[in-house]
Amino acid sequence: MTAHDTAATSLKRTPLYEQHVALGARLVEFGGWEMPVQYSSILNEHRAVRTHAGLFDVSHMGEFKVEGPEALAFLQHLVPNDVSRLVINQALYTQLCLPDGGTIDDLIIYHLADNHYMLVVNAANIDKDFAWVEKQASNFNVQVTNQSDTTALLALQGPEAQAILQPLTGVDLSTVRYYHCEPETVNGINCIVSRTGYTGEDGFELYCAPVDAPKLWHDLLAAGKDRGLLPAGLGARDTLRLEASYCLYGHELDEQTNPLEAKLGWTVKLDKDEFIGLDALLKVKEQGLKRKLIGIEMIERGVCRGGYAIYDNDQQIGALTSGAPSPTLNKNIGMGYVEASHAVVGTIVHIDIRGKRTAAQIVALPFYKRK
Amino acid sequence: MASLKHPANLKYSKTDEWVRVEGDEAYIGITDYAQDQLGDIVYVELPWDTGASVSHEAKFGDIESVKATSELLSPVSGEVVKVNEDLKEQPELINDNPYEDGWMLVVKMTNPAELDSLMSADEYKAYLQGR
Repeated sequence: MTAHDTAATSLKRTPLYEQHVALGARLVEFGGWEMPVQYSSILNEHRAVRTHAGLFDVSHMGEFKVEGPEALAFLQHLVPNDVSRLVINQALYTQLCLPDGGTIDDLIIYHLADNHYMLVVNAANIDKDFAWVEKQASNFNVQVTNQSDTTALLALQGPEAQAILQPLTGVDLSTVRYYHCEPETVNGINCIVSRTGYTGEDGFELYCAPVDAPKLWHDLLAAGKDRGLLPAGLGARDTLRLEASYCLYGHELDEQTNPLEAKLGWTVKLDKDEFIGLDALLKVKEQGLKRKLIGIEMIERGVCRGGYAIYDNDQQIGALTSGAPSPTLNKNIGMGYVEASHAVVGTIVHIDIRGKRTAAQIVALPFYKRK
Repeated sequence: MASLKHPANLKYSKTDEWVRVEGDEAYIGITDYAQDQLGDIVYVELPWDTGASVSHEAKFGDIESVKATSELLSPVSGEVVKVNEDLKEQPELINDNPYEDGWMLVVKMTNPAELDSLMSADEYKAYLQGR
């Protein structure tokens, strides 16, 4: 138990560190940050998000501001999705790709004002991404600023999220559509209120100044107390996103994986004039995918985890990238890549669980979709 | 950690298993500290057939929580004479009560001297402090 205290000196902490400690959270290292993995129980927190609501501190995420007369042209060059379709206060999901199509990171881009965008990237990739984005920006009349240290982020997720947040804000939340946002005050705190999330439930992500984060955290927990709101850690965030089949960078996505393999073709606009990676991705599309992301559901007893090999009879056809027990479905599930010819829903495969070949089948994604 | 229990009548291994000795038989499970570290336990793989042999500090099973997989190491050598079948369907008994309903195996010991390598409750608590 003292191990994390000694290790903590080199780890970054969010503005809510004291709140996590006071709530008795178990803190773990994640992408260079000391983050709460759970407060009480991953299962309880997971179920709270599916049935009521959960509040996550995701202030470790990175935020870059992109501003200037060529901001749109720059972003159109930078990412595969079509940023030109965003109206003000709208967001989209996309990737940063290498020229060979490999994925540097996945991210959300917000259009906040004329010639002003915010990029939200994964915590572990902040330095790598910022260096990449800055380098690509050199030929454009734009300014890129890393605002990660001056931006906190809370995620309020679950079917009760709107009912909990509504009394604290002036905007009619029912008018804020999925992947749209509003600059608004929440109990007097300036926030960007965004209808986005990483859990498969309805919910909001609230961007604010770090100094305001403890009050916002406290006010939201108080507002949700009678609606079953629980603080929720990264453990539940991971099982929730796995059920919803969202990619996690470092697992389903990395520099050796292109977004088409990862079933993200809907975010890759191959009809755009140009973007970094376009030629490579066109070639992938033309030649066909070598491997595909699939869902796995265990048939025999056993929990599958990221890294485990997937077999068709005696032939290894791929490997899992994530796996866990699914609290909602009461099954053991995973995602992974297999050779494209094997990526057929219903196929029986075997997972090597610590040397024991255990029967499973390929199933359709997502595992969970809210009603 | 203050609320975790480590009863004085048990012996403890460095890998967080406990042993309760009854004659030449040893009840084996994992400690309150271990179940707390693992979090929600969802699956346990034990030598379900009695008659299996286990060896001192060698793997006898696996335990899975929502988050992670861990190996179970036997604190003593011997023959498995009883297995807690309830854990197949209710592995959460280990979280709820690691010393009673959450026991895993009863082993008929072949080398009781191995018990000397285990810690007392006080030694185990001191050991946890240093972790």
